[in-house]
Amino acid sequence: MSAHAGTIDHHHDHTTTTGIPNKKLFMWAFLASDCMFFGALISTHVIYRLHPTPEGADPTKLFSIELTSFSTFILLMSSLLMALAVGASQKGKVEATRKMLLGTIFFGLIFLGCQVYEFTHFVHKGLTLKSDMFGSTFYTLTGTHGVHVAIGVLWLVLMYIRTFKPTDAGKAWVTRAVVQFMAFAVAVVSIMFVMLAVTHAGAEHGYTLSSVVHALQHDAITSGAALAFAVSTVLLFTLGRSTWAVDFGEANAIDVEGMGLYWHFVDIVWIVIFTVVYLLEYL
Amino acid sequence: MATATLKSANYTAPHATKPASRPWFFTRPAAKTGLVSWLTTVDHKKIGLLYGVTALFFFLVGGVEALMIRVQLAVPNNTFISHQVYNELFTMHATTMIFLAVMPLSAAFFNYMMPLQIGARDVAFPRLNGFAFWVFLVGAIVLNVGWFTRAGAPDVGWFGYAPLTSVAYSSQFAGDSSTDLWVMGLQILGVSSVIGSLNFIVTIINMRAPGLTMMRLPVFTWMTLFTAFLIILSFPAITIALVELMMDRSFGTSFFEVARGGMPILWQHLFWIFGHPEVYILILPAMGIISEILPTFSRKPLFGYPIVVFSGAVIGFLGFGVWSHHMFTTGLGTMATAAFSLATMAIAVPTGVKIFNWVGTLWGGQISTRTPMMFALGFIWMFMMGGFSGVMHSAAPADAQQQDSYFVVAHFHYVLIGGSIFALLGGIHFWFPLVFGRIVSEFWGKLSFWIIFVGFNVTFFPMHFLGLNGMPRRTAVYDGNMGWNSGNLTATIGAFILAIGIGTYFTVIVYTYLKGKKATGDIWDARTLEWSVPTTPPPEHNFHITPTVHARDAYWYEKTHAKEIAAEKAKHAQDEESHGGIHMPSQSWFPILTATGLLIGGLFFTHHHFLGAIAGGCAMLLGIIGWAFEGPGGYHLHIAKDGTVTGGEGQDEAHH
Repeated sequence: MSAHAGTIDHHHDHTTTTGIPNKKLFMWAFLASDCMFFGALISTHVIYRLHPTPEGADPTKLFSIELTSFSTFILLMSSLLMALAVGASQKGKVEATRKMLLGTIFFGLIFLGCQVYEFTHFVHKGLTLKSDMFGSTFYTLTGTHGVHVAIGVLWLVLMYIRTFKPTDAGKAWVTRAVVQFMAFAVAVVSIMFVMLAVTHAGAEHGYTLSSVVHALQHDAITSGAALAFAVSTVLLFTLGRSTWAVDFGEANAIDVEGMGLYWHFVDIVWIVIFTVVYLLEYL
Repeated sequence: MATATLKSANYTAPHATKPASRPWFFTRPAAKTGLVSWLTTVDHKKIGLLYGVTALFFFLVGGVEALMIRVQLAVPNNTFISHQVYNELFTMHATTMIFLAVMPLSAAFFNYMMPLQIGARDVAFPRLNGFAFWVFLVGAIVLNVGWFTRAGAPDVGWFGYAPLTSVAYSSQFAGDSSTDLWVMGLQILGVSSVIGSLNFIVTIINMRAPGLTMMRLPVFTWMTLFTAFLIILSFPAITIALVELMMDRSFGTSFFEVARGGMPILWQHLFWIFGHPEVYILILPAMGIISEILPTFSRKPLFGYPIVVFSGAVIGFLGFGVWSHHMFTTGLGTMATAAFSLATMAIAVPTGVKIFNWVGTLWGGQISTRTPMMFALGFIWMFMMGGFSGVMHSAAPADAQQQDSYFVVAHFHYVLIGGSIFALLGGIHFWFPLVFGRIVSEFWGKLSFWIIFVGFNVTFFPMHFLGLNGMPRRTAVYDGNMGWNSGNLTATIGAFILAIGIGTYFTVIVYTYLKGKKATGDIWDARTLEWSVPTTPPPEHNFHITPTVHARDAYWYEKTHAKEIAAEKAKHAQDEESHGGIHMPSQSWFPILTATGLLIGGLFFTHHHFLGAIAGGCAMLLGIIGWAFEGPGGYHLHIAKDGTVTGGEGQDEAHH
């Protein structure tokens, strides 16, 4: 698949003084900075939990620890897929890289979907940014983490599209890339609408086929979203097949690896947040 | 550079394809002169000059703000400016001098000198380096745009203590967008500083010339590295503080709203966890410059090089453990106060060690008091004065008296002007011949030094007494019977002397740039690699042949081992040409386009037009995507035996 196969040592870059690739060193330094970033946010949350306001909400009455444990598990598994994507790219296996990237994107989106559901659920129960201090620190902290995951997903999608860049620079692929990106965007937004409608219907009428079908026909937006999801998914499958030689191979493994470092870091931060923000409340 | 070289070694690089076959928006700009060359530049030297010119402009703006403050304080019960304008002036004077003058002026030296000192052809990520500058400019615009709006400029003080920044408080006198501008501006400047610093860290660790081990690095490069680490580790704290404040102001959270359980003290902690390392961010580059100037003009190597380097590291490390000494009077409790007091005193040790090493460098040297050396010697003396009053603050009981008084104002101006600014002004004189190929006249250079020196001391020395006599800082008006009249008048007269000195300095610099005496080559008989460039100003590719380093003062070694070096260079020239010539990074429009998106988004956000903010964010995203898909690019230069350079953007094929 790769037009520029060759032996590349992925653990030593002979053009740099230390042998560490520049991009990897950059990412490590950035993550050090991001540690302080989340450190300050988590500290703020903990400090205000230790000094609660009198009329503050009781988090254990709000949390659905089962749901959050599930999404935590999914996020951890996405790290496994990310590691497999890095491994595949280092061996120059473009097809495998794509599949693992898609898997990571999918799991990342499940996590984000759970978070969107959780947020809407909490708001429904009266916890907002303005309601009390717990709302302020909770949404700001988990929201900032969610933004990190979302940026990671965006990065993964762009990397996925990047794997289709043809070797022949004359081949027009920019339009194709834009369509592919838009298809991703439409698929993500529409499935979130559909899932929210389905879960609400399920909660109200029970999770039966008829209630799901009814939910999808409930209003124009939901039906439109379901249709848009179907169309964009078909489009993604069609565009996900390339027959030409691509300009993506072992030399790009460092880009996937840098992305992987970021992704694993965001996962580790979530483990800390899950422990500190959720689990400690039950002690 | 390195990554792209790796690629070209392994397969036919994308940049070898015909430019005509790329979509028009991915065509790389190739202009080497004119406006487009500056807007799209990835050359660390041009970016350094952009930083320098912008920083000097804001240095003058901050200076004018200071003069207006001094005019207001010249006599008791003055009505020159209103209290509101006074608040805006002291807020913007401090914010401007710290974030828009001293930091970017240091960044200018980092950019221009550090790659030259380590024998590199550019930084690790040239486009990102350009981006850091444009983002800095965006932050500077957002901070200052308030002067032209009805709400006015930010007026909450440079450390923006809660609850002054709350919506209810800040909007009772003027419209409240000024504080939003301050919050947004500082966040954007943080992004710029962190991105720039990440780039410098990778560059210094990974792009050193062959033979340049860490313990052979010039001290200025060491201090660049330490400063970069301080920046990436301390800026997140203020970013989070500002994010929380922004959430309070824009989305109704209660992080710092006392009535709803918020704790203003948290702001102080988060701010000073950034704020104290920040003072080392301001002074370490200055110490680096001094450590380059002193040995050059004493004609001997830096005394105790490893100790100077480790002292810098210790200062940086301890700098993270002393932030609460800004908060002794908030009632931290005896234990915490004693601990922070001790840690603060401990920082005086590595700082003192450095001073002794500089004195040791002078000792027994053949000192030539040229203009840069005058500034360096002035630095040692004046910085020491600031250090002494600093040690006085470190004792918590004494600090309780000095807190928020003019004594503190005197202290930090001694370390910031007598320290940072003296070193930066000296650095400009030192490297001017290298950067512009002209040299400032000795008479006018020294004259400006002496006026600045006298003006500075006349301005700030009386402030020690004013502070001990009880004058609080941030006082717009004082009564005539407080015993502060003569001190204030003296300080105002001194401020105008200082202004004349700075005016002379800049007039001389501009005159020299236009019409000064030409100076070529290594005019100071200097020690470090930046002076080994083939021409002054240096060519875009810096060195015809990548230098090999054999000793700590690399260029002195080259000059004393001319024959050995010449043979080595001839061999390296052949090697480099056989590897395809000198690899250069391609210019790009995307850094400035991405930064423009940030400007649009930032300005809309501060005025709570969230659709506009999203539009700005989308523009930024498009910029980033275009940037990523454009690829690093690059082209090759070829040096003939007689020194003529061939090759350029899009001309690679002739050589393949």
